[in-house]
Amino acid sequence: MTMSKTNTTTREINFHVTRYNPETDRTPYVKTYRIPVREGMTVLDGLHYIKDNVDPTLAWRYSCRMGVCGSCGMLLNGRPTLACNTQVLHIADTDLTVGPLPNFEIIRDLVPDLMTMFEKHSSIQPHILRTDEAGLNSPDGEFYQSPAELEAYLQFAYCIKCGCCMAACPTLATDARYLGPMPLAAAERYDKDTRDDGRRARNEFTGTSHGAFRCHYAGECSRACPKGVDPAKAIQYLKRQLVLDYLHLARRKKPCQKMHGPGQGKPLPNIPAAPAKTV
Amino acid sequence: MAEIKRYDNRLGVWGWLGGGRWGIERYAYILHRLTGLAILLYFLMHVVVTSLRATGQYLWVEGGFFHQPIFKFGEFLVFAAFAYHALNGIRLVLVELGFAVGKPIEPIYPYKTSLNVQRPLLIIMMILAAILLAAGGSEFLGLGK
Repeated sequence: MTMSKTNTTTREINFHVTRYNPETDRTPYVKTYRIPVREGMTVLDGLHYIKDNVDPTLAWRYSCRMGVCGSCGMLLNGRPTLACNTQVLHIADTDLTVGPLPNFEIIRDLVPDLMTMFEKHSSIQPHILRTDEAGLNSPDGEFYQSPAELEAYLQFAYCIKCGCCMAACPTLATDARYLGPMPLAAAERYDKDTRDDGRRARNEFTGTSHGAFRCHYAGECSRACPKGVDPAKAIQYLKRQLVLDYLHLARRKKPCQKMHGPGQGKPLPNIPAAPAKTV
Repeated sequence: MAEIKRYDNRLGVWGWLGGGRWGIERYAYILHRLTGLAILLYFLMHVVVTSLRATGQYLWVEGGFFHQPIFKFGEFLVFAAFAYHALNGIRLVLVELGFAVGKPIEPIYPYKTSLNVQRPLLIIMMILAAILLAAGGSEFLGLGK
């Protein structure tokens, strides 16, 4: 059996990195670093190479290095994406531009201030809201939810809050008060959760003039999302629900209840009965 | 603690117009905004110009400014903006009411998004806009005579 050989040849790539030091610089500027890149090397690896070997003052934010934490969102060759998820040679032949996510304030170099996004996110109350909160907090049973009900919101629950969708959104570029794709997708995720009863409370925020109807479907959030969450789809569903709620056409549903003990859920079809007890 | 100085990196109008390699829906979005603003501007000019008729009737006579080819071409541009804005607007109304965007799916790489689902609708609307433009063009530019 022959093992496939890893290509270890390196190529010199120019990293054009945006630099900004709030103590010394009035505006950001671009500094170019020429570094050796081999196949499989991510942009995050390249930044580490620069910091270790060329310029230790370069600052950026990262944590998990595998597309899970959402810390290393950056503007790579003009597109917002995760530095850890992007291989240099997949997007660059000779030159690569690396900048901070736009539509956010820059704290330093490639570090954006994501607080505006998190404040908008918390304003839509991104958690299960129920009137019987005491029952929610006491773990004396499980909420019943069918696989179909789970699939209605599961896609939107994969969001890692990296901010790439907010950086890609052209509406957010001119309207700072617009909630943006991430918080609106989070609102849809909880609105569609059958355990939740807080849709009308969230409508107070998502239905404003800077809420869901500010979106005009440029679709860049869905194209930029590194996790396939499709915020644009979530926002369109949110708009439909807002219209139905406004016209009082939405069916009133009670949030699902807890099951106390086995045998209370709906059995799936075509599952044979358990064999008789032998002991 | 001292306040940390930050640099506001908001893109502004450049966020609409620039921004790199974007998809077709992004360009449809930009054109929709520009045509909307253009139609609004035309409407304001139309009100002002029509109100001046009492004092400038010579502009309307045969051979006057409003019968010049440049004005006819201007009218055609307004019609083109209307045709695009109306048909793309129908697509947006359908999409924004949750039609033609598909159902939530398990995100498996390479990701398919609602953009892929609604694209046939976009293409149909753009073909209809092109047909309307061709018909309107022959009328406005006097090709049908």
